[in-house]
Amino acid sequence: MDAVAERAVLGVTGLSIGLRTGSGEIPITEDVSFSIGRGEVLALVGESGSGKSLTALSLMQLLGANLFVAQGEILLDDGVGFSADIAKLGTRGKAIQSIRGARMGMIFQEPMSSFSPIHTIGQQIAEVVTVHETVSRKVARARAAELLEKVGIPDPVGSLDRYPSEFSGGMRQRAMIARALVCGPSLLIADEPTTALDVTIQGQILELLRSLRRDIGMAILFITHDLGVVAQMADRVAVMYSGRIVESGPVRDIFRNPLHPYTRALLDAVPRLGDIDRGRRIRPISGSVPNIFDPPGGCRFHPRCPAAVLPRCAAAMPPRFQSDGRMVECIHGDKALAG
Amino acid sequence: MSTLLSVKHLSVRFARKSKGFWGKPSGFVSAVDDVSFTISRGETLGVVGESGSGKTTLGLAVLRGVEPTEGTIELTVGDTVVPITSLGKRELRRSRHHMQMIFQDPYASLNPRMTVRDIISEPLVAGAGDWGRLGRKAVDERVLDVALKCGLSGDQLKRFPHAFSGGQRQRIAIARALVLNPALVVCDEPISSLDVSIQAQVLNLLADLQRALGLTYLFIAHDLAAVAYICDRVAVMYLGKIVELGTTRQVYFTPKHPYSEALMSAVPEPDPDAPRRPILLSGERPDPANPPSGCRFRTRCRYATAICADSVPPLRAVQEGHLVACHHAAALKLRGALDLGAGAALAAAPGGAIDAAPQSAQAR
Repeated sequence: MDAVAERAVLGVTGLSIGLRTGSGEIPITEDVSFSIGRGEVLALVGESGSGKSLTALSLMQLLGANLFVAQGEILLDDGVGFSADIAKLGTRGKAIQSIRGARMGMIFQEPMSSFSPIHTIGQQIAEVVTVHETVSRKVARARAAELLEKVGIPDPVGSLDRYPSEFSGGMRQRAMIARALVCGPSLLIADEPTTALDVTIQGQILELLRSLRRDIGMAILFITHDLGVVAQMADRVAVMYSGRIVESGPVRDIFRNPLHPYTRALLDAVPRLGDIDRGRRIRPISGSVPNIFDPPGGCRFHPRCPAAVLPRCAAAMPPRFQSDGRMVECIHGDKALAG
Repeated sequence: MSTLLSVKHLSVRFARKSKGFWGKPSGFVSAVDDVSFTISRGETLGVVGESGSGKTTLGLAVLRGVEPTEGTIELTVGDTVVPITSLGKRELRRSRHHMQMIFQDPYASLNPRMTVRDIISEPLVAGAGDWGRLGRKAVDERVLDVALKCGLSGDQLKRFPHAFSGGQRQRIAIARALVLNPALVVCDEPISSLDVSIQAQVLNLLADLQRALGLTYLFIAHDLAAVAYICDRVAVMYLGKIVELGTTRQVYFTPKHPYSEALMSAVPEPDPDAPRRPILLSGERPDPANPPSGCRFRTRCRYATAICADSVPPLRAVQEGHLVACHHAAALKLRGALDLGAGAALAAAPGGAIDAAPQSAQAR
């Protein structure tokens, strides 16, 4: 992680998101740190309520009402002279607006609700160009067509004048990727981009994202709960649980030798095709995901953890161990890392 | 094994309106088109396919949740054959307790103003079969018994659905489906709205209940790994038709239909070293109101020839219990899921594929 961090496109350090309520501020995510290098795909994995989507939104200062970046640094560095700490830019103003959509693009789970139904695809992609650059509408339109072609939409010029409702789910997702990329961002944030799609369409979109990374060296933050997609897409993985990153490391290490009991339990809980004949029984994680407003004390996973040592795990946050690009936050972490 | 459910030539067509508020019916959509299959007692038949393939409509039609346009459905309970499709309204209601359903979204399928006890007991009170004559005490006993089997506790019965997480709500929905001791349970995407760690709980619960109570499932899902885990046999649907039907192993590892091949090759296996050669289908799913002539998959099929446009391929056996609707099924050499990975590993495993020790599967 450290070697990459020197030239990281995005370096997040100690990021915490809080929620303002009538009775004070509640931490939602805590001390989240990761970095993404050029041409690298980092998968942020977690279940619903783990804070993975909020972390993604905070990177563009797009947190909703009452949510705010409480602490930490979000360093964006495009490698050719631009560098900024987004955490300091605030949610409004020219500085952050010049980054959103231009230096960072984002795609979402539901492509239908991400487009305006009453503007054409062409208008909505060209708008991104005209907002960020001083170009004529004609040039912006040409750029939009060029991007639609790049993401594999047949008849790109004709598609400019069509409405989102005339596109199928997979085509809409392609159009959304085109819109996110039209200004040549150095980082693409993909929040569950294939969850709403059929498996064969998912395959097409993942292939498209892989080719973008290969051909233009795009750095991608890929947010998902699907371990199969992670295994296919990611170079490195960060596993989030109840607002904290509990483990991170290269994808092969995470799948072959998971260090955190949660990661291990998650991998044991998913069915695999390779097991059809072997009769392996999947092992569910007992209990349920903790309420983020009232998380358990100490290690957030300890009530569900098969390796918990009480009262130690409940009393204090476990230490963080790091070595060789791997990180784990668990009292057994040093032994796990050594063995 | 004896046949529990027998579906023959089932079709469901919906009238389709032309554009506008005053639109008149113009043609129809064949959501399910001439589908035949059987399910044996105690078996799980999976139905997979992409959105719009008709799998949910098929599940509903089997229970007559939507009225079939054509075809027959027969349920054999004990020694009696219940002709589901020819039952009148009241007879159907009386036969309801033989077949129940579990829905996708436990946030939408439970009435927020009823307690868990009332939700689970409602089928009993509604009075299908002999259950309608139970007294209050017997109802309470039955509800508690089923709730405990589904992993709920007695004191949770007094609470309302909002107090439960998604996984627990799905347990309530399962308890409600099982309270009448049905022979057949149609599970429509029962895990797809749940978190990964909770999906496993519900899958294992369904498997355990099946073993304990001798249940038969029609399991509809788009998650191919989950279907492989829980199903004995699998039917693959495309645009309202079954294109392939066989044991899970046949359909996943030796598919004979090009669509199944594409589907299986696209399953993302949670293993970074799994070989990955997805077959990317070109084009989009055709409009179901206006399906292609002949084989409905031919517009996206890389093996299509002239005959595919001319005649509809019948669903016929390529080997014992393995049915395929493709003109070229015998000639094609298709890849299965994990073509190299599992196949190679299985072949290499000492003692043959099926006896391979479970430890070798969990080498990590």
